[in-house]
Amino acid sequence: MTTDAPTASAELGETVINIDRLNKWYGQFHVLKDIDLNVKRGERIVICGPSGSGKSTLIRCINRLESHQEGTITVDGIELTEDTKHINDIRREVGMVFQHFNLFPHLTVLENCTLAPIWVRKTAKKEAEEIAMRYLERVKIPEQANKYPGQLSGGQQQRVAIARSLCMNPRVMLFDEPTSALDPEMIAEVLDVMVGLAEDGMTMLCVTHEMGFARKVANRVIFMDGGQIVEQNEPEAFFNNPQNERTQLFLSQILQH
Amino acid sequence: MTDQNSQFVPIPDRPAPATTVGPVAWIRDNLFGSVSSSLTTLLFLYLFFTYVPLFIDWAILSANWTGSDRSVCDANREGACWTFIGVRLEQILFGLYFGSNPDQVWRPVTVFIVFFALLIPLMMERTPYKKWLALTLLIPFPVLFYVLIHGGSFGIPVADTTQWGGFLLTFALAFVGILFALPLGILLALGRRSDMPVIRAICVTYIEFWRGTPLITILFMASVMLPLFFPAGVEFDKVVRAMIGITLFQSAYTAEAVRGGLSAIPKGQYEAAMALGLGYWRRTAFIILPQALKISIPSIVNTFIALFKDTSLVSIIGLLDLLNMAQTASRSLEWNGYDMEGYLFAGFIFWMFCYGMSRYSQNLERKLDTDRRH
Ligand SMILES: Nc1ncnc2c1ncn2[C@@H]1O[C@H](COP(=O)(O)OP(=O)(O)OP(=O)(O)O)[C@@H](O)[C@H]1O
Ligand SMILES: [Mg+2]
Repeated sequence: MTTDAPTASAELGETVINIDRLNKWYGQFHVLKDIDLNVKRGERIVICGPSGSGKSTLIRCINRLESHQEGTITVDGIELTEDTKHINDIRREVGMVFQHFNLFPHLTVLENCTLAPIWVRKTAKKEAEEIAMRYLERVKIPEQANKYPGQLSGGQQQRVAIARSLCMNPRVMLFDEPTSALDPEMIAEVLDVMVGLAEDGMTMLCVTHEMGFARKVANRVIFMDGGQIVEQNEPEAFFNNPQNERTQLFLSQILQH
Repeated sequence: MTDQNSQFVPIPDRPAPATTVGPVAWIRDNLFGSVSSSLTTLLFLYLFFTYVPLFIDWAILSANWTGSDRSVCDANREGACWTFIGVRLEQILFGLYFGSNPDQVWRPVTVFIVFFALLIPLMMERTPYKKWLALTLLIPFPVLFYVLIHGGSFGIPVADTTQWGGFLLTFALAFVGILFALPLGILLALGRRSDMPVIRAICVTYIEFWRGTPLITILFMASVMLPLFFPAGVEFDKVVRAMIGITLFQSAYTAEAVRGGLSAIPKGQYEAAMALGLGYWRRTAFIILPQALKISIPSIVNTFIALFKDTSLVSIIGLLDLLNMAQTASRSLEWNGYDMEGYLFAGFIFWMFCYGMSRYSQNLERKLDTDRRH
């Protein structure tokens, strides 16, 4: 809702994620180069860029689905290292939504949502179920609670995936192209849920090419290419007046469609 | 598109031409489709009608079913002597001890009734509380087996393992092999995919070692070499030795079957579980294994079938399993000369179990296939 970025950033709180000179290689391939990124509480960041530019890799480093070789990542004051305990502490606070939903097919929607709260947060089963139902209502599918993921449409599955993450009551939500595996008519229902989350003040890092969404909710849009952050700006300025020619080229390509 | 097409009128279905469907067409197409196919069909029909009636006559029509000694059979050598199987049934099924102590036969009979009462509902699709049935089969049932078969407590006379034989022994060997090989195999399969190179190397070496060694060699080693590692005088139960050998051997095969299931789980499942903060063991127990085991049940059952048949190799270390017990009985003084019936009977029992397991695994496979499609 806030396109008036200066007032928006005035509401922002303390740093939640701090990334300092992050470098990552896959073998010899230098996939992330000197990434610096600071995310404040309540901030909504959209990351875009051409395929292979390292967007997924970057957000997957934040919850250690990928490990990095140089630089530091600090989430909620905890630095990510080899230490498994720290990694799990961080994962608990960071929700992630994937392109292909990755729901657990052998568990019902409700069980998908309660598994981690029960076993990781040690919430009592009954309480976990109440919380899960609350979030399923919020993503508008409480009536599907006892179905299996395979019985739902793509859009419904993705909304369950969002609810599943929310049940852990995370401080940050990471989205990796949450709508790009969906049929066009289902994209809106997922974006609606995400807009709602943004309005409630959730801190979000979102890889997406949905530029309408970016304009509507982002405080900041980041453009990546070749493993680097090429340009970042408030959405208005980013879309209307891109500085870098790579950004201009990219925007002209995706806005043509 | 003209106005005529603006309204859609479906064309009614017509039956296919009679020459392309129905049994006559099927027979013509499949059995007499070409010269060579017709010749094969005729040859097969000839062999079938020459030998099958002979066998049916011997095995059923002219067979001897009654009596309590060989006199009936000796009088009619045209037919099979099922009298022999009837008289020696307890011995062939439950071994020498129960064969010569008819008042104790209730012990194995109870064990098998309980076993099938647990197993059959477990194999049916819509049974409730399957988890509990399976759990009962895995833990209390073996205890019951030991208490009843071995005896020695509750005033039940002892029948120690040296007296176990026949189908009872085959069953005990296969059951123990399956029971212990399953968890061991799961751990090995997980270890084989571990991030830790040392664990991976140990598991790969273990699996490849046992898979590359014939069971018969392992049984020999278990019976001849194991005692060498223990101080002289320590008597190590022969049946237990065979069970250990079989379990170690079988776990390598189970591991490979489970590995197939594990590798079918998409990477996204691990990632989603990790992203929720589930640690390795919880991830494995709640997300990965339930899916992987379901996929690998058919191949695991196939390894069970192989194991079940392989147990008859224990004859080489002097144990009398179903097959060897049938042979022994048919070589006794009273029944000398009726080996054919003994072998057929043992073969029939093996076949019944293996066929049952194989049908079960085929059904599961088909069910899994349809499950995954939607
Ligand atoms: N496990 C891996 N091993 C080696 N290279 C990898 C691996 N994962 C990704 N890469 C490479 O790293 C680069 C960045 O990948 P990444 O998935 O982060 O790109 P992306 O910006 O998310 O692209 P897309 O829009 O296609 O999702 C790509 O060139 C990719 O081929
Ligand atoms: Mg990506």
